[in-house]
Amino acid sequence: MKNNDDVRPNKFNRREFLKRVAFASTICGGATYLAWAPEDYPFSLKDFTGARSIPEPQQFTLPDYRVTLPTGIPEIGIGRDKTTSGRLTKALDAIGGITQFVQPGDVVLLKPNVAFDRSPELGATTSPELLEVLIRRLLIDCRAQEVRVADNPIESPADCFVKTGIKKAVEKAGGRINLPDGNAFRILQTPGAELIRSWPCFYRPLIGVTKVIGVAPVKDHNLCGASMGIKNWYGLLGGQRNQFHQDIHTIIADLSIMIKPTLTILDGSKILMRNGPTGGDPAYVKPWDVIVAGTDQVAMDAWAFVNLLQRDESKLPQYLYLAEKKGGGKIDASNRILEVS
Amino acid sequence: MKTLLRLTNIRIISQVVFLGLFLFTVWASWTTRIQGYPVSRFLEIDLLVALSTTLSTGHIYRFLGWSILLLLLTVLFGRVFCNWMCPLGTLHQFSGWLFNIRSVKERQDQNRYQPRQVIKYSILIILLIIAAFGTVQVGLLDPIALLHRSVATGISVIWDFVMSVTSFTHLQLAPGTTERIFTGSFWIGLVFVSIIVLNIWHPRFFCRTLCPLGALLGLLSVFPLFRIHRDMKLCTDCDLCLTRCEGASSPEGSLRLSECIVCMNCIDDCPENALSFSLPPHVSTPVSPVPDITRRHFVFAGLIGLIGFPLIRSNGKSNDANYSPLMIRPPGSVAETEFLKKCIKCAQCIRVCPTNVLQPTGLQEGGIEALWTPVLNFNVGHCQQKCSLCSYVCPTGAIREISVTEKLGFGKFKQHGPIRLGTAFINRSRCLPWANEIPCIVCQEVCPIAPKAIQTYDEEVKDTFGNLVVLNKPFIIPDLCTGCGICQKECPVTDQPAAYVTAVGESRSQERRLLLRYRTNPEES
Repeated sequence: MKNNDDVRPNKFNRREFLKRVAFASTICGGATYLAWAPEDYPFSLKDFTGARSIPEPQQFTLPDYRVTLPTGIPEIGIGRDKTTSGRLTKALDAIGGITQFVQPGDVVLLKPNVAFDRSPELGATTSPELLEVLIRRLLIDCRAQEVRVADNPIESPADCFVKTGIKKAVEKAGGRINLPDGNAFRILQTPGAELIRSWPCFYRPLIGVTKVIGVAPVKDHNLCGASMGIKNWYGLLGGQRNQFHQDIHTIIADLSIMIKPTLTILDGSKILMRNGPTGGDPAYVKPWDVIVAGTDQVAMDAWAFVNLLQRDESKLPQYLYLAEKKGGGKIDASNRILEVS
Repeated sequence: MKTLLRLTNIRIISQVVFLGLFLFTVWASWTTRIQGYPVSRFLEIDLLVALSTTLSTGHIYRFLGWSILLLLLTVLFGRVFCNWMCPLGTLHQFSGWLFNIRSVKERQDQNRYQPRQVIKYSILIILLIIAAFGTVQVGLLDPIALLHRSVATGISVIWDFVMSVTSFTHLQLAPGTTERIFTGSFWIGLVFVSIIVLNIWHPRFFCRTLCPLGALLGLLSVFPLFRIHRDMKLCTDCDLCLTRCEGASSPEGSLRLSECIVCMNCIDDCPENALSFSLPPHVSTPVSPVPDITRRHFVFAGLIGLIGFPLIRSNGKSNDANYSPLMIRPPGSVAETEFLKKCIKCAQCIRVCPTNVLQPTGLQEGGIEALWTPVLNFNVGHCQQKCSLCSYVCPTGAIREISVTEKLGFGKFKQHGPIRLGTAFINRSRCLPWANEIPCIVCQEVCPIAPKAIQTYDEEVKDTFGNLVVLNKPFIIPDLCTGCGICQKECPVTDQPAAYVTAVGESRSQERRLLLRYRTNPEES
């Protein structure tokens, strides 16, 4: 119930009038400035054509992660031994030892292949044992500040890392796993590439990284022949990767120049000989005792194709020739390779 | 001066512990944490779940027998569960307290018994009758199933978003996933928000008027060992005991045992210390043990149940001739009509699924009967080979507990073959190599079966621009395909994938089989 006490004499006078006019013109003037001031004026929000509100993708480029090595050291080392630790040592010693590549204080990113939710025995993913040994080396021998492990699997990322045994191995050795989620990607610019000149890349684990090492299994691949060191970088990309298969060889050749890793390690301990890249039957896996380490991914992949997958040299995947043409490396490995057994 | 260690404070501690436990198990049972195991406990002591699935199937699945604990508790102490343990009850009480802006007099009026409180008994009778006929719908209103469904499909997404924005990704419910989606979560959320908001209008409206579990426990608490007693000699009929009465159970008059949820507030509020929770004293106050259900209520509810079941069934979605091709159930699921006898729509399977492929069913796949039961949507995710989490968490056996070995048909399950969810097909008019002379075969690459269930016709052709291309045109080998759906998930024709899975050929049903026999390579076997 309202009382008539609310009705008061009208106080409207000149002062009040001026105050209200001033208030109204400040509001309208401010709004007019924001809406119509030319676009280069401070605080201008004018967007007459709509061009200003097109979001600018956050882009980045990858630095060259390679290190300069003293001359006379072979680029590719092959280690043969019964134990993982033994063959890794032999392969790395052939190219000058791991301490050549990673110095104290480095932040190292390892990129294994964790693409599928598979047991390590099936050869579809990187061996957890190798990762564990490698991380220990990096943290203890090289005194790296931090070792990160990242991949963008095809299946559920959290699950793939667990089921492949990699999560356990990495955490045991003291590394850190970075899982991809919706906010972890940014557009990567690769100037020399043909098809992935700008493509979403798993960006978050790369922040602050000084060295990158690819750790890849060697496996058969239904479409491109074989998936080895270069194809491993596929897992760093996001977006609609399923379009890549329309021209997979050009894509892999692009991958060979997209990133210049410090080091690439090919694990020849469980080689998936057929039904790749998923495998699925232990009978498809050939156990062996080889590890390949080196800096020329193209030569390493070509060597592994012939010597590990035991395919005919004349049938080398087309992407290797394309990668060579783009400057990703040289197929011919003679005089650059050292085998220790 | 009230002591700190009084019954109401102990009750609050119990409520906080149980709500915390509920939310913690939801969080902790993600695939990389403790893998789903203990989260079903709340549903396994849920007497309504046990009773309705026993009525529908004639059996008590796995750990549902633990609900005897709740039976015992209720028979001895009344509806203690509702106000000491039920996490949804705690949320109701909390929001009722939060929204409370009324005077003492208004609150007393609101907490008087209302005749509409009898509705919940009718709901219970209807749900139990249609369960006995063969469709379990208790999950729509059962407090634990309802809360878990809302948490799994709504609150978890909000939590994950906030944790992602604030960079606490390790606290997320589902770390390492991109934006999880749950189809129809708006409606699930609307039900949840509605029953919470109803507390503004009337405190604990859901518990007093709708909750079928509360009704069941109410019917069981007619002769409890312990109950609230009112000393008539001390009582001055001041009605203060009504001020915070959670159950609206008439403590000021003849206490309605089936409505009293033992919140103990009346004991706190009585200025004369006339009220106590104890064994019956020598002189006992009058009580009304039986709820106000009349014969009319019984007949009415019975009729609805009787006509309700055939009406729901005649919708025709569980029929073996008219089933939806999209009705693809999780691995280990029992045949559709059996499934509907067991699934309580709690959405635990949907929450633990690491690839987000499990979605609440909408009306188009299963009609009203299967609303919010789990269904696989392969545009969102796929069923991972080495995972059978959904079958571990299912409290009622709608998804029977299976091991990965059984799912894949390895070891001693070899003769049964793998569990098939459906069968993949290739739509040749949308497939890039078939229809557009463009190489692709992502589907074959990702096919996890060994040997691959997708093979190709290889052809070298000159495309329309004169380039020589090798086309690998995929086809499905249904004998090998398990319907995992990764081909559909990864197909680059993303809106309506050229490789797609439909329900036919699922191994849970004889009637929905596709092949007369599964061909094998004679040399390998």
